[in-house]
Amino acid sequence: MYGNDFGAPEEASGGGLLGEVEAAEAALREAAARQRRGLPASDDDLAGFFAEIVEADQKIEPRDWMPEAYRKTLIRQIAQHAHSEIIGMQPEGNWISRAPSLKRKAILLAKVQDEAGHGLYLYAAAETLGISRDELVDLLLDGRQKYSSIFNYPTLTWADVGAIGWLVDGAAIVNQVPLCRCSYGPYARAMIRICKEESFHQRQGYEILHTLAHGTPEQKAMAQDALDRWWYPSLAMFGPPDGESTHSTQSMAWKIKRFSNDELRQRFVDMCVQQAEILGLTIPDPGLRWNDERQAYDYTQPDYDELMRVIKGDGPCNRERMAHRRRAHADGAWVREAAAAYAGKRAAEKKEKVAA
Amino acid sequence: MNGPFEFALRLGDDALIAAQRLAEWTTRAPEMEEDIALANIALDQLGAARLLLTYAGELEGAGRDEDALAYLRDDREFRNCLLVELPNDDFAVTMAKLLFLSAYQLPLYTALAECADERLAAIGSKARKESAYHLDHASLWVKRLGDGTEESHRRMQAAADQVWPYVAELFTPDPGAPVDPATLRAEFDATVTAVLTEATLARPESGWAPAGGRDGLHTEHLSYLLAEMQVLHRAHPGAKW
Ligand SMILES: [Fe+2]
Ligand SMILES: [Fe+2]
Repeated sequence: MYGNDFGAPEEASGGGLLGEVEAAEAALREAAARQRRGLPASDDDLAGFFAEIVEADQKIEPRDWMPEAYRKTLIRQIAQHAHSEIIGMQPEGNWISRAPSLKRKAILLAKVQDEAGHGLYLYAAAETLGISRDELVDLLLDGRQKYSSIFNYPTLTWADVGAIGWLVDGAAIVNQVPLCRCSYGPYARAMIRICKEESFHQRQGYEILHTLAHGTPEQKAMAQDALDRWWYPSLAMFGPPDGESTHSTQSMAWKIKRFSNDELRQRFVDMCVQQAEILGLTIPDPGLRWNDERQAYDYTQPDYDELMRVIKGDGPCNRERMAHRRRAHADGAWVREAAAAYAGKRAAEKKEKVAA
Repeated sequence: MNGPFEFALRLGDDALIAAQRLAEWTTRAPEMEEDIALANIALDQLGAARLLLTYAGELEGAGRDEDALAYLRDDREFRNCLLVELPNDDFAVTMAKLLFLSAYQLPLYTALAECADERLAAIGSKARKESAYHLDHASLWVKRLGDGTEESHRRMQAAADQVWPYVAELFTPDPGAPVDPATLRAEFDATVTAVLTEATLARPESGWAPAGGRDGLHTEHLSYLLAEMQVLHRAHPGAKW
């Protein structure tokens, strides 16, 4: 999922980057090649079948029996991830018209387009669990399902586009790579495709910041300001600290989740420190230092009260993001109706021809 | 017509301003698939614009690259047709604009692919495939809207009527140009008439024919479009991005 900052008791998983995506892809192919055990002999064997498939690191497929709670957990998680991709188009879309060079404009437009594609794959993965995209979109528009809270922060300067690519796509990858090994086949396969694209986004964002940080003094200040504003919200993407996160144990057992929120957050911090050094930018955390004993960086936790406020709807842009999506949906209604009417007429004509 | 520089500039500006308008749809399209399709078309137009403006800069020989031409000219120096700078308005107007633009760009780029200038021929040969897709996409939507619901029919007819006057400017004769736009009119008419007929729409009457874009005399809309597009680039003179 994009992050674990949705509000509902969410869970995370953790892992490495592109190499791990490829390893997961190989494992997926290998598991698919291995014959799964025979389908359940009787209804008494359903739960046993499910448990054995998960235990063997093979994939549960849409037509297999699965516990109702597993299905519900997956629908919620995949849908919230899909919503995040779609709402996440807005903060970056905000800079397409003003991108400072034609090359950057093309890269950004293609990136935002990729996010729409991610939303579509994920809605399709959720649909395999027996719910329609229209229903899920309604749940988002009615505010009954959430999206990643990070997208409720504004993009005030061009450098924010770089910071989102580097930090937000970066945190998303750290969250998503373990999901490439998720026990539910369609989700795992969607995640592999998505993670590969997210890694391009992360690189592009990093490159934007690198260019700014090595540009004019104004550009460098713009890059530092963006890092100052996006650092803690990015850390909050991993969700509440482990002590406060529920549902985790069950999701771990189902192999939907593989690492705790804090493990993932630590992994992200460790990854960013060195990259920030190369950028020549300062992570806004006076408490950041290498801990030899833990072999990891000590760092200051994000403000979880702020995260809770944003989740509840009181972030800087919650209202705008939702209003924007509702407006696009409402403004497009007559177009969707026309397309349906047109398709209906063509289908009726075809039927008539066949009958004649 | 002032030679190949002016010609490349016109085509490049058409593509650039069309891209800027189409990209405004991102996150706002009537359905998610359409968000992706419009972004694709915007990316194609932007890609063609970059090739054409880069070449225009080389032909001019004054050291201007694609960004200098895109970001550092004022509206009076832009040479795009008025059609592309018109606001997006509703989806029907956007599709009317795209239908007319692509029904013009397809025969234009096809002819360009055969012209003597190798660079322009290469650009034409790449862009015509993209234009064929744009034309298919716009045609399908014009048919869906024209022959969809009562409301969509009304909106699509109004959109075609509203945009039609701006078509005339596209075919202003220019006998010295690598491709004389006047020679493309017959194919344009055949394409558009077929689509409108299938869409159960009436072909708009010709009459008022606004023009001036090729001489830098634009609508009031272009200056706003450029103000937004150029603001960041101009705020940091000489910076690299
Ligand atoms: Fe994405
Ligand atoms: Fe992304």
